[in-house]
Amino acid sequence: MIEQNSIRMATRRLSFYYGASRALHDITLDFSANRVTALIGPSGCGKSTLLRCLNRMNDLIAVGRVEGEVLLDGGNIYAPAVDVVEIRQCIGMVFQKPNPFPKTIFDNVAYGLRVNGIKDKVIIAERVEQGLQQAALWDEVKDRLQDSALGLSGGQQQRLCIARALAVEPEVILMDEPASALDPIATQKIEELLRQLKELYTIIIVTHNMQQAARVSDYTAFLYLGELIEFNETEKIFTRPDKKQTEDYITGRFG
Amino acid sequence: MLEKTSKNHRKSIARSKHIARDRSGAKKSSSQVLSSKGAMADKKKEGHLLRRGRKFSQKIVFVLLRLAAAVNGLVLAIIVYFLIKNGWRAINWTFLTQAPRDSMTAGGILPCIVGTLCIALGAIVVALPIGVASAIYLHEYARPGRVLRLIRLGINNLAGVPSVIFGLFGLAFFVTWLKFGISILAGALTLGALSLPVIISASEEALRSVSQTYREASLALGATKWQTIYKVVLPAALPGILTGAILGLSRAAGETAPIMFTAAVFFSPNLPHSIFDKIMALPYHIYVLATAGTEIEKTRHLQYGTALVLIILVLGLNLCAIIYRSRLRRRMHLGR
Repeated sequence: MIEQNSIRMATRRLSFYYGASRALHDITLDFSANRVTALIGPSGCGKSTLLRCLNRMNDLIAVGRVEGEVLLDGGNIYAPAVDVVEIRQCIGMVFQKPNPFPKTIFDNVAYGLRVNGIKDKVIIAERVEQGLQQAALWDEVKDRLQDSALGLSGGQQQRLCIARALAVEPEVILMDEPASALDPIATQKIEELLRQLKELYTIIIVTHNMQQAARVSDYTAFLYLGELIEFNETEKIFTRPDKKQTEDYITGRFG
Repeated sequence: MLEKTSKNHRKSIARSKHIARDRSGAKKSSSQVLSSKGAMADKKKEGHLLRRGRKFSQKIVFVLLRLAAAVNGLVLAIIVYFLIKNGWRAINWTFLTQAPRDSMTAGGILPCIVGTLCIALGAIVVALPIGVASAIYLHEYARPGRVLRLIRLGINNLAGVPSVIFGLFGLAFFVTWLKFGISILAGALTLGALSLPVIISASEEALRSVSQTYREASLALGATKWQTIYKVVLPAALPGILTGAILGLSRAAGETAPIMFTAAVFFSPNLPHSIFDKIMALPYHIYVLATAGTEIEKTRHLQYGTALVLIILVLGLNLCAIIYRSRLRRRMHLGR
């Protein structure tokens, strides 16, 4: 069902524990390159936890523990020799609430480049413009790059956060309900953006909004109580799901 | 209020329905309906009285709270008024720019002003880096556990140590053991130790108030933990940290006990030239004039004048820091 040769990222029997409680149960999933994969499921099903395992953001949780593997281009990102900082440069992340730094628009996008040791001002300026272009924000902000990012609207701020992630030139972009704090028009823009960005990146998106999953994703994984219930092409999941639970959820019988 | 009544109304209807159903589907008798209506009227009356009582107690509490707040302002106003009334006559150009003369019954207090500035700023120079570094360690790096609890216990207790103990500690450790002598250095270090807990807790509070989303955003872009702290967390926390520095500075500038053994002397007409010089300081000068002078009554206005200068100095230092802080905040929110 998935083109095997184009798998960019994958999980193998991935489990995650918060202290003694198990939040993810043996999740095995493949994420294809240049596709959007949506993770759906009711609140508390573990979809955000799964997303945060994919760039090791869950390392921040003191009582958290990971079992199993997460593969990026075939290599396990949890292997002892792997530098988590490098991993996060390859796997960008956009959060639920827009969270630009209290800095200028330019400095926000340049931040990831600077912390990764790029000092050449010409290169930084180029990559900032490129990131803002890709995030479809350039035309709106090109004349005020030195203004505070906090002066932008919520939708613009979220696109700035996407630009900030893109400027580092990651392979994979993780999005944790990127449009849930935005109004419908800003949401539409973000969704439009996703369709363009998948030409260049592998995108994994967590969403509460099933119409959104149906609109933007190529593959959908349905999680429930920390387990992967069903994973397939989005069209199949939303028209002829194999499992009863999936059908119940997408038809709104629970969740 | 309307909403509440209608809710009560709905509830009582529900209740009467419930009763009706309990009687195995028997029709509600009209007497039941009537009695429930009567109960409702009673309840309304009761509720009205209750509301009046609640409004009254709310008013009393507000008045008390407002009074409590007003007392604060009043105390400061009285102190300042008292100092100005008794001290303003002493303040003139000579007073601010010359050393004391005639067994300190005349002349000025310049050496005291300079001395206080030296040790207060010295204390901040010592305590701010150590305090902020400690706060960063405690809040960003330390894992919760016994060690962390012990350190916190230490800091809290340090805050509770009486200032005269700091003075004796400074005398024993900096002045005698480290052989700094009675000097700016010993005084600044002692005052630094005294203001450390204030700076640490204010800085920690400032770090805590920095949104976790900034940290996550930075880490997700491939920044190291230290880059995140240095480039994102610290700038965002800086206004709060400065508040801590202000508090520490104010406290350090006004202390008497810690400096009387470590830095300040009775009389020293020359301005300090090095950090190993003895100094005169405003709080100690007030103490000396008021208790140990040859003619205490005659120098009364000088005592008030010195106190007034000390308060103005502290408020002035605070004002500088507050202006700087608000400029920082504005720059952070409006870009450049």
